[in-house]
Amino acid sequence: MAKHGLKRERRTKTILTVIFSVIAVLYLMPIFLVLINSFKENSFVNLETFKLPNKESFVGWANYEKGMTFGNYPFLKSVFYSFFITVVSTGLILLCTSMAAWYIARVGSVFSKIVYYLCVFSMVVPFQMVMFTLAKTSDTLHLNTPWTIPVIYLGFGAGLAVFMFAGFVRSIPLEIEEAAAIDGCGPIRTFFSVVLPMLKPTMISTGVLEIMWVWNDYLLPYLVLDRQKYMTIPIHIQYLKGSYGHVDMGATMALIMVSIIPVIIFYLSCQKHIIKGVAAGAVKG
Amino acid sequence: MKKAKKQRDYSALNSKLIRRPIQRCFWLFLLPTFAAFCIGFLYPFCKGLFLSFCKFKTTSKWHWVGLDNYVKALSDQSFIHSFLYTALFAVTTLIVVNVLAFAVAYVLTKGIKGSNIFRTVFFMPNLIGGIVLGYIWSMIFDGILCRYSTSILLEAKYGFWGLVILLSWQQIGYMMIIYIAGLQSIPEDMLEAAKIDGASAWQTLWKVTIPNLMPSITICTFLTLTNGFKLYDQNLALTAGRPFLQMADGSVVKTTEMLALNIVNSFYASGGGNRGVGQAKAVLFFILVAFISILQLRSTRKKEVQQ
Repeated sequence: MAKHGLKRERRTKTILTVIFSVIAVLYLMPIFLVLINSFKENSFVNLETFKLPNKESFVGWANYEKGMTFGNYPFLKSVFYSFFITVVSTGLILLCTSMAAWYIARVGSVFSKIVYYLCVFSMVVPFQMVMFTLAKTSDTLHLNTPWTIPVIYLGFGAGLAVFMFAGFVRSIPLEIEEAAAIDGCGPIRTFFSVVLPMLKPTMISTGVLEIMWVWNDYLLPYLVLDRQKYMTIPIHIQYLKGSYGHVDMGATMALIMVSIIPVIIFYLSCQKHIIKGVAAGAVKG
Repeated sequence: MKKAKKQRDYSALNSKLIRRPIQRCFWLFLLPTFAAFCIGFLYPFCKGLFLSFCKFKTTSKWHWVGLDNYVKALSDQSFIHSFLYTALFAVTTLIVVNVLAFAVAYVLTKGIKGSNIFRTVFFMPNLIGGIVLGYIWSMIFDGILCRYSTSILLEAKYGFWGLVILLSWQQIGYMMIIYIAGLQSIPEDMLEAAKIDGASAWQTLWKVTIPNLMPSITICTFLTLTNGFKLYDQNLALTAGRPFLQMADGSVVKTTEMLALNIVNSFYASGGGNRGVGQAKAVLFFILVAFISILQLRSTRKKEVQQ
């Protein structure tokens, strides 16, 4: 009887594996469709979306070449700005908020408590609430370039990061820092050589969340950046579709493919951290 | 347990060895973040709250009108429509995403072959941005619908279910991860005990697994709910509110327009006549989202007490 049950269980598992394989293939279908359509001539994208490119519709790399200078703005420039803004903003957020969180967790003054609760409060405020005034503020302060927009990201994204870091710092026993202080470490050295290394796991999960947010963000850079001069990938793709009624679908798919590839590489190379970071962020947020 | 924690915090606050030197370095540790926080959040938030009571076109030229903007916002048909539409959408995705994500997580924790690969695949769409997602799916939907010589932009019901499919594709993987973490934290011996007592798989699921999974279920429910309410990029890229409907009184209702998009449009689309109405809508939107978050906080607190 038990043997029979075991056999049956094994069979169900095999069936489930087969079913899930089919679902997984279907799940990847949209990406695959973007890939094949990026090699098709424009008029075939809508008519034969689900067919592999054939002799008639196949255009090779032409869509990619066309897409690069589409809409009078070099796509690679958008890619560069996206990379730059994501890397610098994430770096700035991690450095500044971890320091701030340490201060908040270790100094129990009224002011640090107020800052902490303001940070927690900022997490529930949707962007639309502040967008208009934020865009104006960043214009007046000349923060509307890719080189300075990380400051805006630090300001608007501080809430979650401070919250996550402060939660972790509170779980670190104070004795370690006291020992460092007794040994003659100043606060700067204590932070950078004692506290910071211990923050590494939270650094990674917060970093992942910030990277995913900044890289994909559309509305904030769209409103803050000087649109004539600077675009990021989401802005560029929206601009192509939005301002030209009948846009070249083949070329758009080529650009989408180009913008997905770094994401997939990033995902496959640090999948473990990403999934962990997301789970941690969700549970805390 | 809680008392011990409090005591530790208390001692930390009193540790002069740590506290004083850090406090002297305020300018280095807290000031940069606090300054950016004021620029990027605090000042815009307060100014936005203030401007919602004013008639204004640019932030420097305003005059006080009291609650007038709120009255206008609440009597705006397109706003009410987008609110109801968003609520319906949020509840639909809440059910669809959570049921499917739980089902996937449940199977993947049963130790079937290739679980890791499946997990990788299902989570992947989550990393793609909303705008890009919207255009990928608009191509797919139009590829299907053009055979019936229609388009996702022509019928509101296609727009609705299209967005549900898109959001499910994106978020099932995310919720799945949270459910998997929850399922793995259920003690093995509890499931074993149920099995020995002769409980069927179905009974075990309802009487053991799901009650123990309540924290994860709460988190995922609220996450999908707030995500649904705050949705913007995907909505903009997939339909941008089309098809438009002409009302009897001449106003236009964008049938698939969600709250966030409605707010952005009332700021920027119509040339921005009186942006105060848009700002008032944004404040109402903020109150709604904050209310959901408070509900979430309370329900998670309650669960903690019970345990």
